[in-house]
Formats: sequence, structure tokens, C-alpha cells
Amino acid sequence: MILAFLILIPICGGVLAWTMESRHPGTARWIALAVLLGNLGLTALLVPARFDVVSAVGPFLISLELAWMPALGIHFHLALDGLNLVLVFLTHFLGLTALAAAWTEIEHKIGFFYFNLLWVLAGIMGVFLALDLFLFYFFWEMMLIPMFFLISVFGHANRTYASIKFFLFTQISGLLMLLAILGLYFIHGRLTGRYTFNYLELLGTPLSDVSGMLLMLGFLMAFAVKLPAVPLHTWLPDAHTEAPTAGSIILAGLLLKTGAYGIMRFVVPLFPKAAAAAAPFAMFLAVIAILYGALLALSQTDFKRLVAYTSVSHMGFVMLAIFAWNQLALQGALIQIICHGLSTGALFFLAGALQERLHTRELGRMGGLWAAAPRLSGMALFFALASLGLPGLGNFIAEFTILLGVYQVSKPLAVLSALGLISAAVYSLWIIQAAFHGPPQPKLVLADLSGRESAALLAMLAALVFLGLYPQPVFTAAEPALTHLTRTAATQKITEAVPAPPGENPHASP
Amino acid sequence: MIQQISQLLPELWQIAVVLVLFLETIGKPANDAAKPKWLPLAAAAGIFVAVFSLKADGLLFFKAYQVDSLSQFFKLAVLVGFFIVVLNADPLPTVESEKRSDYFLFLALSALGLMFLASTVELIAVYMALEISSYSLYALIPLRGKDQRAAEAGIKYVLFGAAATAVSLYGLSYILATQHSTYLEVLAAADWTWTHSPLAVIGLTLFLAGFFYKLALFPFHFWCPDVYDGTGNETAAYVATLPKLGAVVIMIRLVAMLKPENGIITIIAVLGACSMTFGNLSALIQKDLKRMLGFSSVSHAGYIMVGLSAVSAKGLAAAGYYSLVYVLMNLACFWVICRLATDGRNITLDDLNGLYKRAPGLAFIMAVGAFALVGLPPTAGFMGKFFLLTSAWNRGHDWLVIIACLNTAISIYYYLNIVRHAYTAEAEEPLPAPKPGSALWGGVLATLLLILGAFPGPVFHYAEVAGKLLIP
Repeated sequence: MILAFLILIPICGGVLAWTMESRHPGTARWIALAVLLGNLGLTALLVPARFDVVSAVGPFLISLELAWMPALGIHFHLALDGLNLVLVFLTHFLGLTALAAAWTEIEHKIGFFYFNLLWVLAGIMGVFLALDLFLFYFFWEMMLIPMFFLISVFGHANRTYASIKFFLFTQISGLLMLLAILGLYFIHGRLTGRYTFNYLELLGTPLSDVSGMLLMLGFLMAFAVKLPAVPLHTWLPDAHTEAPTAGSIILAGLLLKTGAYGIMRFVVPLFPKAAAAAAPFAMFLAVIAILYGALLALSQTDFKRLVAYTSVSHMGFVMLAIFAWNQLALQGALIQIICHGLSTGALFFLAGALQERLHTRELGRMGGLWAAAPRLSGMALFFALASLGLPGLGNFIAEFTILLGVYQVSKPLAVLSALGLISAAVYSLWIIQAAFHGPPQPKLVLADLSGRESAALLAMLAALVFLGLYPQPVFTAAEPALTHLTRTAATQKITEAVPAPPGENPHASP
Repeated sequence: MIQQISQLLPELWQIAVVLVLFLETIGKPANDAAKPKWLPLAAAAGIFVAVFSLKADGLLFFKAYQVDSLSQFFKLAVLVGFFIVVLNADPLPTVESEKRSDYFLFLALSALGLMFLASTVELIAVYMALEISSYSLYALIPLRGKDQRAAEAGIKYVLFGAAATAVSLYGLSYILATQHSTYLEVLAAADWTWTHSPLAVIGLTLFLAGFFYKLALFPFHFWCPDVYDGTGNETAAYVATLPKLGAVVIMIRLVAMLKPENGIITIIAVLGACSMTFGNLSALIQKDLKRMLGFSSVSHAGYIMVGLSAVSAKGLAAAGYYSLVYVLMNLACFWVICRLATDGRNITLDDLNGLYKRAPGLAFIMAVGAFALVGLPPTAGFMGKFFLLTSAWNRGHDWLVIIACLNTAISIYYYLNIVRHAYTAEAEEPLPAPKPGSALWGGVLATLLLILGAFPGPVFHYAEVAGKLLIP
């Protein structure tokens, strides 16, 4: 039941925060804080002594299955393994960071803001935990509406355009996924007589080449938009730039990760053959994303927009690693997911802090801030270095492991993507130089980081240093889950070599 | 006899309501009572009566009147809708006070016709019930002060209605000539193939046209946006919602007689696809909220056809479930429109600007209504659409499922626009805030939409039981 509580508590907390708005708007913050801390405590209870549990269905530490619409084969099915445990931790951690960022930034409609914040976190948690494809889609769409409100109500000048663009991109690609889910449901039902949305049962559904490829693409479209993969990334710079700080942190730190998680959990294990066929193409796109994202980042003058484009580049590494599909690369992808969430989240946090103080995000109008706000500038330098992959910090471990994993699959792509690291150094240092170095502005009065801001940033800093020096706990936690995923995909490829049984309904393929 | 009466309780209750209203219209001196105070209570009691008789079952009046799960489901839906519409029609700014009792008389009478429609299983009885519900509407629609647009809307509705009815009756004559019966029970056993009796197929198609008109399905939809636009907001709330229930229930009964591969099913599917596409594309450019909802209901008629074209118990249940959800989400939107239009004018998108600041409750209702109309979880609109798509896909109508999905994608834009205006746009001049407490019943609708979205099981199960009676 703890798993259901992880989702229910933020949902109820959100409603409570909103209803308090009319009388005590300020309490909404404390409600959100209590909810997130409580949830974090619950998650901590779930950490087991050993991760390599032996069970028939997979290395799941705990699972929950309640009948929802049994007639249609829909269950409220949540399960936790090492992989999504790590992601749930990340969700809470960044949720708290977003809360810290929003604490003073959001002054109006406070209750509504925290309602949306908690609901989007609940949706993300649901996406990470759901093992029923219908439930997964339900949460996938459910996180969209609060995110839309976060951008469109609380965002910056161009928020309407950005929020509608974000909504259209994700919703339309989500519909393709819905079609693919339905397709898989019917193909499986017709073959086995059991109509179900249960992920564990749908694994290993024999598919013809064409229908497998189409269904895989349906899923992949939804995830590639979220990830984002070039050329579906155009919503991202606008959404990230126009969102309030907390929204940017959640977008970059968590929403993008749902795409990566989806590919890991669903696309490759459900459609191993089609995914293998598409892998060279997807990896090529990922390398383009790495280089093109970095190139675009270099030419930005807006702090947040620059950081947004670096996300395109960094998430390219994640996509590259997932489609390389070996243990090493997947471990690297997971670390990259965490570290990118932390470092980019922190950079957005700093961008928000600067905007609150200077009322601008233009790098051209900054410069020489170091003298005025040394703590803020020092933090920025740290996270910029993390973002460029400085050895000793988590991002380095991630990118290094990914490159090692990819090297086993394709040497040229590994070499090309390594170029991305160089451009990362250029744009990261350029941020520092443009914003913080240079002649100090004499008239500038700039408040340095407050205790709340410092605490949030220090926590992220500590996490990045820890992961950089000792990433083993994450590897240990995720190892059984990732091994299981790779093994399911591999065994299925063999069973699929046997031709699909006759009698498959010609209508079944979309 | 007693047993027969117990089977007809919801209808009898509604007849009693109509009679009392009738007495009020003739006996009453010109006291300017805003409206009969007892009516909401009576309508609420009607809901309980309908719930009470959900399990009723029987075949009455020379086998012309079937009381079964399907009819009781729809009667309940009609009465719930009627209750909300009555509450919504307060204070009824555009109807002169001495005409208000008549207004409610016609409203109740039209709902009564729809309740009859849910049970009729004989084509002439179907026609009678349809006319009872339509004739009242012919009188209602022009009732909007001295507004010329309302008069135009009234004439349009009558002319379109008369033409559609004529086509329908013409079709009925063909059916009678070729199949020699008007009882659905007999007709269901008849041969509806084109090769065997082409005239019967033509006849049934023409007969369906009358219901396409009620449902505002392409190409019988041209009246819909104009009538919504011209008539009073409160009347539009009724016209947009309840009559569709009547049309859907008859179409469910008629479609259940046919084989899935029948040509008429293909026609229904194609018209559904056209209706979705045409409705959504036209809605994209609308500024007037009622017009937009008008085109939106054209497209929703198309979605309902997706379920009907599956010709399976699940498909019929999905159509029934979706039409119930459709009524709820439209009433939620109209609830907000009627609260905003305190003087009874038409509401444009710009009138919604800054609604979040003025009336957070109404803005929330609007948002839930709009997201339900798009079909996003966790609203009931998503579940309804999911059931529709599943049933159509199961039948192999892949192309229809894909068109429905494309249309959902198109429709996001204009529904989202409603939410955008309510939440992010700022009003240029300060608009008056609606009365406090005005969001109450709209809030109930929004909550219902959310509950039916999270737990659709029981209601859908009931609809499925009803569907299984028609197609085992």
C-alpha cells in the first residue's frame, strides 16, 4: 500500500493546499513541504537491505495490484524495483528543490501553484511506478495538465505560446502511444485469449515485423518528444525558458526523465526486435542531439535558454546509451539521468535566483557578478563544472560509463559523441565568464544566496560529489533491475525467431 | 396493472410534474414569481424515482414499450440532466416573468418525450416520442426576449426539424412496405442485406436521418451552431445535451438489429468520421463560446458513432456511457456560461479573461469541462473515449480509431484556448464577479466528471449489461 500512498499523499496534499488558499495562502508552502518530506520518509522505508531479490516476474521489491476495471484487464498495478526506486528518490529530491525555488518566487495564487506542483509530482511518481500500460498512460497524461498550468499561469512573458506548444507536442505524441498500447492489447488478447494491460504479461508478445515496428514507433514517439530527441525537441527551449523556476527544475529534472525511463522500461523490453532494428538510427539521432544541442547552446544569450539547450545535448547521451542496450551503458544512462537532473536543476535554480534579483536572464546584461554575490557565483561555477563533466563529479562518471558502453557497440558514434564533451566545456565556461566574471558593475546591489537557497544548492552539490566519488550504491540498486530488463529483451529476441502462430487477425495491426 | 404502474414510475412522475406546471400556466395571475420554487425539488425527486426503478423490466402497451436496463439507464440520465438544466435556468434573464411557467412546462414536456423515446420499440411510437420532445423545443428556442437571432434560430430549428422528420417518415414507409412490420423485435429478425431488400436498407438509412438531425451529425448539423448561438443560454444548455441522449438510445436500438458488416454501419462510421473532422475544424476559429460548443457537439456526435459502428455490447455500452459523459461535460461548460451571462448575452472567449481571479470556482469547472471534452485523464471524457476506441478497434475499424485520435489532437487546441482565457489572460476592464455560491452545482458536475473518470467501472458495467441485452 505504501506505493499507492506515495501517489495519493501528494494528490490529497495538493487539494488541501488549494482549499487553504482563500484563508491562509502561506500555509500551502508548508503543506507541500510536509507532503514531500513525509513521502521521502516513506520512500526511505522502502530501501531494502539487498536488491537482488529472486522472483519469477522480476526483481521487484514490492508491488501492489488492485482490480480497477477487471472486465477490460485493467489493474491498478504498481511495483518498485531498484531502477524506479532511484527515480522516485530523485523525484522527491527535485520536488523539494523546486519547492525551495518557488518559496519566494511565487507570490500570487499560491495555493493553486502548490496544487499543480504536487499533482505533477504525483503524476511523475505514477509514471515511474506503474506496471499496467493503461495506468501508465493515465499518469502520463495526468502530469500534463498541472505542468501546463505551471507554465501558462506562473510563467514568464511568452508563457502562453510556450505552454500551448508544450501541451500540443506531448499530448499528440501521447495519443500515438495510446494507439500503440491498444494495438498491443488486442494483438496479445487475440493470441492468448487474455485481454490485459499488464506489462509483465504483455512482455514477450510475438509480433510480426511490421506491427512490431509500428507499435514500437508509437511508444517511441511519445518518449522521444519528452526526452527530447532531435527533431522533436523544439518545444523544450520555449517551455523551459518561460516556465517559472520550479517548473523548469521539474521539466528538466523529472519530466525529461520519464521519456528515458519509458524507453528503458517499455520500448526495448516490449519490442526488442523492432528496437534493435531502429537502434542504429536512434543512436545516430542521439549523436546529432548531443552535437546540435551543444551547438545551439553556444549561440544563446538567454541564461535559461542556454541551459535548456544543454539539456538537449545531455539527454542525447541518455538516448545513445539506452539504444546501445548493454549493462554498462544503461548504468551510465541512469547515473546521467540523476546527475543531469541535479546539475541542470541547480543551474535553473540559479537562473531563477538571478532573475529574481536582476529581473533579466540576458547574459549580455550580466557580468561581474562575482564581486557582488560570491556565494551565488561560486555555486554557479560548481554546477557549470559538473555540467561539463569534470572528473570527480557525478556527470563525469555518467558520461564516461556511457562512452565505454557505446564504444562496445559502435566506435564511430562513441568518438563523435565524445566531441559533445568538448563543446560542453565551452558553453559551461562561457556562462561563467559572461555572467560572473568581467569588470564588476559598480552600482549593482545584489543579495547573495539566502539560507534556504544555499541549503537546497548545497544538498545538490553534496549529492553530485557523492555520486562522483562513490556511485556504487546506485549501481548496486539498479543492477538487478537492469540485468533483468536486458535479459528479457534478449530472451525474447530468440523466441521471436520462431514465426508467429497463424490466425493473427489482419485487423490487429494499426 | 399495479406491476405495470411500478414499471412506469419515472414517466408517471414526470407526467405529474408536467401537469402541475400546466395548471400553473393557466391558473396563475400575473404574479412575477421568478419560477416555480418546487420544481428543483420535484426534479431531484425524479432522480430518486429513476434510481429506484433502475431494475424495472417489462414489455408494455401492445409490445410497443420496452422497459429494460437500457431504457432505465437513459431515463436516469435524462432526469439527472433535467435536474441540472432546471437549476441552471435560474434566474433566466431573457424570458419575461409571465412566460416562465410555460418555459418550464415545455422543458419538462420535452424531457418527458425523451424518456418515452428511451423505451419505445415500435417505429411509430418512436416517431411520436420524438415529436413530443421536438415540438416543445420548437416553442422554447425562440423564447429569448425580443431577440431577432432567437427568432431566426427558432425558424431554422423548425425547418430543419420538419425536413428531417419528413425524410424519416418517408424512410419509415419503405421499411413498412418491405419488412411488413414496425416492431423492432420483428425487424431485428428480418434480413437487412442490400441484396435481399435494398429498399429496406434505404428506408432505415432515411429513418436514421431524423436522429442524425437530433444528434447534429454531419451532414445534418447545419442548424446546430446557429441555434445554440441564437437561442438563450439556458435553452442552449438543454438543446445541446438532453435531446442527444434520446437520439443515441434509439440509434443503439436500431444499430443492434444490424449485422456488423451491414452497409448502414459503414455509412454511420463514415458520417461519424466526417462529423468529427468537420466539427473540430470549424470549432477551431470560433470566438463565441456557444458556437464553439455547437461545433464541438457536432464532433462529439461523431465520436459516439465510433462506438455504435462497433456493433458489439461493449460498443453500444461505450456509446451510452459517452453520451452520459457528454451531457455532464457540456452542462458543466454551460453552467459557467449561464453564470457569467447575468444579462443573458452571448459569451465570447474574451469574456472568460481573468475568470480565475474573479471566480476561481467557475474557472475550475470550465477547466474540468474543457479537459473532459478533450478527453484527458483523470476526467470521465478520457474513459469514455477510451471505451469507444477500444470497441471500434476490436471490430477492426482501425481507420476510424486513427481518425478519432487525429481529431482529438485537433480539438486540443480550441479547448485549451478556453482554459487559457480563463486562467492566463487578464481582463482589460474589470468585469463584475458572479454571485458567490454560483459554482455549487457546477462544482457537483465537475466532481462527477472526475469521479466517473477515476471509477468508471460501476456505471460502465451497468451500460454493458444493458448492451448485452441487445447484442448477447
